[in-house]
Amino acid sequence: MIVTPGWYMALAAVLFSIGGAGVLVRRNALVMFMSIELMLNSVNLTFVAAGTGLGLIEGQVAALFVIVVAAAEVTIGLAILVAVFRGRATANVDELSSLGG
Amino acid sequence: MIDYLWVLIVLPLLGAAALIVFGKRIGDPWSGRLASALVGTAFLIAAGFTVPLVTGNGHPETVELFSWIPVLGVEVSLLWDPLAALMTLIVTGVGFLIHVYAVGYMHGDERFGRFFGYMNLFIASMLTLVLASNFVVMFVGWELVGLSSYLLISFWFVRPAASAAGKKAFIVNRIGDWGFLVALLLIFAAFGTFEFAAVFAEAPTGLTTGMATAITLLLFLGAVGKSAQIPLYVWLPDAMEGPTPVSALIHAATMVTAGIYMIARTAVLFGLAPATLTVVATVGAATALFAATLAMGQRDIKRVLAYSTISQLGYMVMAVGVTAFTAGMFHLMTHAFFKALLFLGAGAVIHAVAGEQDMSRMGGLRKVMPITFWTMVVAWLAIAGVAPLSGFWSKDEILAAAFAHGGYFVFLWAIGVVAALLTAFYMTRLMILTFGGEERWPDGVEASEAPPILTVPLVILAVLSATAGIFNTPFRLGLEHFLEPSFEGVTQQLPPAGATVVALAALALVVALVGIFWGWARYSRRLPVEEGGFWGAAVEGYRVDDWYGRLVVAPGKAMATWAAEILDGRIIDGVVNGVGGGVKSFGNSLSGTQSGLVRWYGAVMAAGTLGLLLWLLLSGGLF
Amino acid sequence: MIEVFVFAIFAAIAIAGALVMVIGRNPVYSAIGLLTTMFSIAVFYVLQNAHFVAAVQVVIYAGAVMTLFLFVIMMIGVDKKEDTTEQIPWQRPIAIAVSVGLAAVILIAGSRAWITGRSVFGVDGINGTIEVVADALFGTWTLAFLSTIFLLTIAAVGTIAMAQYSPRRPEEES
Repeated sequence: MIVTPGWYMALAAVLFSIGGAGVLVRRNALVMFMSIELMLNSVNLTFVAAGTGLGLIEGQVAALFVIVVAAAEVTIGLAILVAVFRGRATANVDELSSLGG
Repeated sequence: MIDYLWVLIVLPLLGAAALIVFGKRIGDPWSGRLASALVGTAFLIAAGFTVPLVTGNGHPETVELFSWIPVLGVEVSLLWDPLAALMTLIVTGVGFLIHVYAVGYMHGDERFGRFFGYMNLFIASMLTLVLASNFVVMFVGWELVGLSSYLLISFWFVRPAASAAGKKAFIVNRIGDWGFLVALLLIFAAFGTFEFAAVFAEAPTGLTTGMATAITLLLFLGAVGKSAQIPLYVWLPDAMEGPTPVSALIHAATMVTAGIYMIARTAVLFGLAPATLTVVATVGAATALFAATLAMGQRDIKRVLAYSTISQLGYMVMAVGVTAFTAGMFHLMTHAFFKALLFLGAGAVIHAVAGEQDMSRMGGLRKVMPITFWTMVVAWLAIAGVAPLSGFWSKDEILAAAFAHGGYFVFLWAIGVVAALLTAFYMTRLMILTFGGEERWPDGVEASEAPPILTVPLVILAVLSATAGIFNTPFRLGLEHFLEPSFEGVTQQLPPAGATVVALAALALVVALVGIFWGWARYSRRLPVEEGGFWGAAVEGYRVDDWYGRLVVAPGKAMATWAAEILDGRIIDGVVNGVGGGVKSFGNSLSGTQSGLVRWYGAVMAAGTLGLLLWLLLSGGLF
Repeated sequence: MIEVFVFAIFAAIAIAGALVMVIGRNPVYSAIGLLTTMFSIAVFYVLQNAHFVAAVQVVIYAGAVMTLFLFVIMMIGVDKKEDTTEQIPWQRPIAIAVSVGLAAVILIAGSRAWITGRSVFGVDGINGTIEVVADALFGTWTLAFLSTIFLLTIAAVGTIAMAQYSPRRPEEES
């Protein structure tokens, strides 16, 4: 028995769904953020697995770029979160609904 | 030399620009002096250009400046012919005297510089109108004189009456301008060009009588507005709210004659439309009589002169209506002299009695203002038509021409004679009320003779009023010959020859003397009570404004209200609001989904992704 | 064979960490859960010979990003108990159903392509050493790599701008 890239991809799908559920279920903006990181990670795993399967280095390169983007996103996102928290004293996204119609 | 014709327009235009911008800095009296000098220079240049026309070796010249609307073939070009020369000399000459007068008259006014800027703007506009060699440039000048007239009537805009009068003049003139504009469109439709020369050359062969009648009637509507004829004369009496030099320059001597000039300029077209000419002559005669009766009853000295101007303009319109174009232009010239003189004299009188304009509070000024009095006497006799002063010759020529035109026009001649009688009467009334009798001045007024800067123009104008008749007597048709090149191809009505003209002249003279005697008998001893009945009606202008208000303005306002409230408010706004409301209620029905809760959005998005994936897999046959 | 064991163990750890992250009351627990999952993923990278990516995964995610998360958690306050009652009607059932459905659909779709031996993939295809990765990154993908410079610069500027931002207090709004 051998671990094919498909296994990794299946695992990645499961992790992705768990991350999605976390985004939808949790109200704490920080935890939602972490869930998004988890989803990005699962996509990275898919990239690397696909690269391995196809024999291409590009899968890993794509993963690296995703990591860069994720890092940038984290800094900005957390800065926004801190700013919001200073103004509202809450990290509960349900209270940040002033755009509601 | 003639290539520099544009200098005539540019000089006052520069003055206008400089004085409107820097008027306050240049100040009193230098801005007035500058303006006067510019107009005087323009007059001298115009006189220089006129010399070749007089000596006989000159011929009409067109000066092309630049192309304006190439697609319509419109060029900015000027025309220098005897008719334009005559008008230019009147505008700049009389204009110069009035400018000089205004330097004294407006002394101490807060916006002295601005006033002369507007005056120069008017001169430039009027010269544009006069010198235009096509209809479009003429229309530009036509509108610009309307603008400067508006600015000058409402010059003292802090007075509600002045600003209202300015608006009234502008709006009433707009009706006439509409006619002019439509006439321009018809001319372009008929000829494909706006150039005078081309239009007049082609008109006799290329124009049907119906089209000619339509064009000339519309042109005449423009003239009716600008030259204050029935039914659009109502703006002129109110325009007396402007400073007196403005009344003299614009509303007596020059701008109001633009309509006459325009008809004379387009004489070829009018000659092709006999029906229009009958209308023109009738309107002119009716205006002459109607305004004369109104002038009889006025107490305000300037309003007497205003109605008198309307009446005299009626004579000119009658003249061009009986195709006596030269006679019309002749009367235009003499009228410019004596009416400007009358207005300036009235201004001097008003100045003397501290702004009082009611003649019943003047009187006895003959002794304290001898120069003003004697110059006014000249103007009085001239407008009344006493030989050998200028008004006698010009008015007599018009009446004689109307008589000679025969048929229906003899009736108009009779109306003109009656109007002449009334003219002599009301002018006598004005003179006696103002200068004769005892002093009825307002309290604390110490009347004295006006300073030389006011009286010198009066004297010059008096000389011109007295002698201008020699330009065109039945014995020596000087103006007739001078203007001949401008009226080439136009059949003119000439006064009858021989004994008839002498008899008519004698009759006119008798009528004038009767009118003067009537006025003398009525006013010389005591001031008759003039209230109620005819006098009351005349003071109120026969309530024409009220009737216009009821017949024209009120329905117009009602229509505007209907359009604003029903058409716009319900129908148009209804459609707009309906569309808006529909979108809004549709949006409201969806706004429940927009909770602002990010997680809810996320859930919907994820569900959408799931749905899309399922659909792709199903359609891809994977299940 | 050893590879399968390693995969199974770390797959279980990764899923467990993910579940802990989603379910944990305290944000710190969530952070620890995520950290666990990320380490597991780093192990998977190593299993696939993606050494450089694995190193980056550990350094960037476990080192930098998670530290940042913990820092913010501490700053905002860990002791705040989150109210777990769901206020949006149907949110939780819909969320779980959608997630499960998504996982199912992806797995089903994927099973048709890779899990069932119809694989076009080879195994042990590539060795992701620094040299190989750098070759690709500075060879074919130079432009994309350089553009990340702008991205990071903008992110840094944005972060500083957000730090400067002083929001109005809610009571000042009206």
